[in-house]
Amino acid sequence: MKKQTNSKLTLPDNVAIQVRNVCKHFSLRANSSIKELIIKLFTPKSKRHNNQEFHALDDISFTINQGETVGLIGVNGSGKSTMLKMISGVMQPDSGEVLIRGKIAGLIEVGAGFASELTGRENVYLNGAILGLSEQQINERYDDIVAFSGIEKFMDTEVKFYSSGMFLRLAFAVAVYSNPDIFLIDEILAVGDETFQHKCIERLKEQQKHGQTMVIVSHSEDQIKALCSRCIVLAHSHVIFDGEPEEAFKVMRKNL
Amino acid sequence: MTAESEIVSHPGKSRGLLDVPHYLYLLNLLVKKEVRIRYRGSWLGMAWTYVKPLTQFIVFYVAMDVFMGMGRAGNIQVYPVYLFSGVIVTNFFTEAFGNCTRSILGNAGLIQKIYLPRELFPLASLRVAFVHFFPQLVVLFIGAALMGWRPDVAGLLIAVAGLISVCLFAFGLGLLFGSVNVFYRDAENITDLVAMISVWAAPCFYTWQMVAAHVPWWVLEIYYANPIAICVETFHRGFWWGATDGSFQFAGAWSMRIGESLLVSLIFLIIGEMTFKHLEGRFAQEI
Repeated sequence: MKKQTNSKLTLPDNVAIQVRNVCKHFSLRANSSIKELIIKLFTPKSKRHNNQEFHALDDISFTINQGETVGLIGVNGSGKSTMLKMISGVMQPDSGEVLIRGKIAGLIEVGAGFASELTGRENVYLNGAILGLSEQQINERYDDIVAFSGIEKFMDTEVKFYSSGMFLRLAFAVAVYSNPDIFLIDEILAVGDETFQHKCIERLKEQQKHGQTMVIVSHSEDQIKALCSRCIVLAHSHVIFDGEPEEAFKVMRKNL
Repeated sequence: MTAESEIVSHPGKSRGLLDVPHYLYLLNLLVKKEVRIRYRGSWLGMAWTYVKPLTQFIVFYVAMDVFMGMGRAGNIQVYPVYLFSGVIVTNFFTEAFGNCTRSILGNAGLIQKIYLPRELFPLASLRVAFVHFFPQLVVLFIGAALMGWRPDVAGLLIAVAGLISVCLFAFGLGLLFGSVNVFYRDAENITDLVAMISVWAAPCFYTWQMVAAHVPWWVLEIYYANPIAICVETFHRGFWWGATDGSFQFAGAWSMRIGESLLVSLIFLIIGEMTFKHLEGRFAQEI
């Protein structure tokens, strides 16, 4: 485990995220129970299965500047989400390091912090707080959040009675209005109707203008192209391309 | 952009419990959420928190005092108050410890998706245990007063000190078992055992003299190294002693007992927090 330092960490000016030689592997076998341990003791060495390891990320490095919007693309299992979790701090790299500047908020999954027993209003407050807002900030933004979600009528209804579309709208609204310095988005625009998707993209574009840094994971070529000026392609745990979105999708398809 | 936007950090590294003050508002909401979920769709709602301890009290009283004659046989005055003031301490400990232990797995969804200082979850659970403890305290207050209890400041202060110690103890153990529980689900089952033992390893139903009569002095010292036992005694001092004729002798000086108990609790808190910090980096992937 890395030593935790309180000494000042530094990043070059204008850099929002720096990923340096990050490696991450997962063990494919879960913790063994005592029964398995005993069986293992009596199994000859030659017949034992060794703990297999899966390298999700192998020596990944990249830098994202402030105000940049970067798409992270790749086929299923290429390590995109793991990378995003590493940036958000949910997971820690086995080696290498990730540095970020400012406040980060991630939408690793829409509505991760939503409690279905609470009303829409209560969930706005709970999720706002989870995404790092103070009570006062949520009070100020509450009306905007509700207006953006477009479900004013249902704010005092418990979330468990919401349709998945309503749920998504509210969750997304809270997330955009949490307005962090770095915004991580994982496949969140995949649901929701066309009008709402359009509204979300417009809103994200507006936040780009205010200098917000974004990292977007998506399989939707249209959405990535609409928002990103740069794409990082992950394949088999490595970065295989970093540049223009147009080119990036070609490279990705070639390396299936 | 604010100055905060310029701070460079490693994502997901926190100072543990020291960072909690920044999240007090979120902590309040998490407590509210847990309580709400507990009593969802219930007609009696929070009133259950009064019904349970009352029932428990009546059952214990009828079985132990009326049928078994524990109060008479053990020469314990005002036995119902003696019994109940101890039992609510062990109730509190059992719930706080169990809640904290389950809190990490119980919030798996959040822990896997969004980074927050993870100590928030056990801490919220500890406060939920307090929500349930308070009504029991009210029942005890009223019950003791009806039985002729006269409160005194010293006694109440002693009880508060005991409660603080048991809080730290439950939280420390909760951090320890909660983090281990992510890797080995055995931890959850152990909490039930610990809870059961804790009730009997504290002088809830009997007096310390009965223990002393059967064991050498050093075993009694080990017995008293248990913060739950001390807390039970402080509650006896705070809520029961004032209802008796004052002839009951407690074991040892309060300052020493409470000091000792705080020390043991702090040691467990440090062990718990260190284990938690050591393991939390792997929570998201192992859950």
